[in-house]
Amino acid sequence: MAYSDKVVDHYNNPRNVGSMDKKDPNVGTGLVGAPECGDVMKLQMKINPETQVIEEAKFKTFGCGSAIASSSLATEWVKGKTVEEALAIKNTEIVRELSLPPVKIHCSVLAEDAIKAAIGDWKRKHASETPVDASAAQAAGRQ
Amino acid sequence: MAIKLPIYLDNHATTPVDPRVVAAMLPYFTETFGNAASRNHAFGWQAEEGVENARAAIAKLVGATPKEIIFTSGATESNNLAIKGVAEMYREKGNHIITEATEHKAVLDTCKRLEKYGYEVTYLPVQKDGRIDLDDLRKAITPKTILISIMYANNEIGTIQPVAEIGAMAKEKGVFFHVDGVQAAGKIPVDVNKDNIDLLSLTAHKIYGPKGVGALYVRRRNPRVQLSPIIDGGGHERGMRSGTLNVPGIVGFGKACEVCQTEMPEESMRLRGLRDRLKDNLMGQLDELYINGSLTHRLPHNLNISFAFVEGESMLMGINDVAVSSGSACTSATLEPSYVLKALGVGEDLAHTSIRFGIGRFNTQEEIDYVTGRVVETVRRLRELSPLYEMAKEGVDLSKMNWQTH
Repeated sequence: MAYSDKVVDHYNNPRNVGSMDKKDPNVGTGLVGAPECGDVMKLQMKINPETQVIEEAKFKTFGCGSAIASSSLATEWVKGKTVEEALAIKNTEIVRELSLPPVKIHCSVLAEDAIKAAIGDWKRKHASETPVDASAAQAAGRQ
Repeated sequence: MAIKLPIYLDNHATTPVDPRVVAAMLPYFTETFGNAASRNHAFGWQAEEGVENARAAIAKLVGATPKEIIFTSGATESNNLAIKGVAEMYREKGNHIITEATEHKAVLDTCKRLEKYGYEVTYLPVQKDGRIDLDDLRKAITPKTILISIMYANNEIGTIQPVAEIGAMAKEKGVFFHVDGVQAAGKIPVDVNKDNIDLLSLTAHKIYGPKGVGALYVRRRNPRVQLSPIIDGGGHERGMRSGTLNVPGIVGFGKACEVCQTEMPEESMRLRGLRDRLKDNLMGQLDELYINGSLTHRLPHNLNISFAFVEGESMLMGINDVAVSSGSACTSATLEPSYVLKALGVGEDLAHTSIRFGIGRFNTQEEIDYVTGRVVETVRRLRELSPLYEMAKEGVDLSKMNWQTH
């Protein structure tokens, strides 16, 4: 199977690889996929609670070149966007940008899911108006 | 010596044609181009002579007599002919066939078709090392069993089956024994008499011969095997396989067998040395590697490793100047990982990370060392990128995670 130049570029020079502290109340973490299916994406975003702007995004992906490229592209796209704007990103836009063939569409779906999961995680942390320190709350709950 | 890229390390899929084989074939395209079935002129006689010399060389490689070799278009046809041919011919005697889960699709799908026509097929499971359990086989044989079809060595994991023991059991029970010998013949000693093989599928392109030509060994005595043909026509090949013979291909096949037989003792040692060097150097530099299939009962030129936490297709993309294949789903249209690895009990997560290396006659130590370097570098890079590797290093039990499958 031939890969598009953009997929190859993201594979060779993945953007925003890494991890952030998942306990940070401003960090939302999305972990989607399954090892048995051959792809797992971890997408993290640091979101400013005041402005709702995604200031930082990091990913790690286990999967084929198209899965790596889809998640790498997702981190590029969400950075600087608001939560609302990021939630509007559709997998079809990723397919178009990376020229993914039909058998690789599931990679783009997974990337969209990862964005939604990360934002969902962040929203859970901010369910109450005031930001909650998740680890502190957990520790308090245990006492 | 400079290494020429890309490096071909997928010799279980096919092999390049040896220049000596090409040289033997060439006159049969332009000068000795006759139809081997033309009985009344020199063109036909010479073509026939070329075919008969090849038949003798092929027979010699597997300890058969020339009359027991039937030419086909390749091993897929040979497997079809052996299984369907016996099934139809011996329908009165029984309708039960025994094979195993890790056979090539040419055997499995042939058996599946026969099931539609009322045959019963037992698919034996394999043990963790890829070999069948002889007790399972013994228990599976019934008075209705007409054929046992077990491959000599597996194309993905290189596991060698206990063929001689299976052959002895088949003989004792009076059941025909068919062997897909494609990956083994020419690479390790195969002897139809010592192994009690009644039908043996062979192909030229796995042993440095041309594509599109294969053979089926059909035992003539003790016991004599009869086959219903699957292709009807002019009655070539003792009526078992009609069709004008592919003379240049057959001549090449014969030459390929001759070269393999002469060079096997030395060449198999050399390949084993390269394979072990590759294995040891990879294992020495990387953690979390899992070898698939038996280490002892294994083809000398095969290595199949799961590089945990690194998906196979992304690995292939990283070592794009090396031709190998992966058991990952992403390389197939079905999105299912290798059924062979699944049958061994390898988890689907590890199946997705498996790479098959098939070392061949024209690979050098320099190439193996280059490949080792590329693989190590790529695995390290992709593990840095892998959330699973990170989680495993943090002590997370990945098998206990609540993954959302899609």
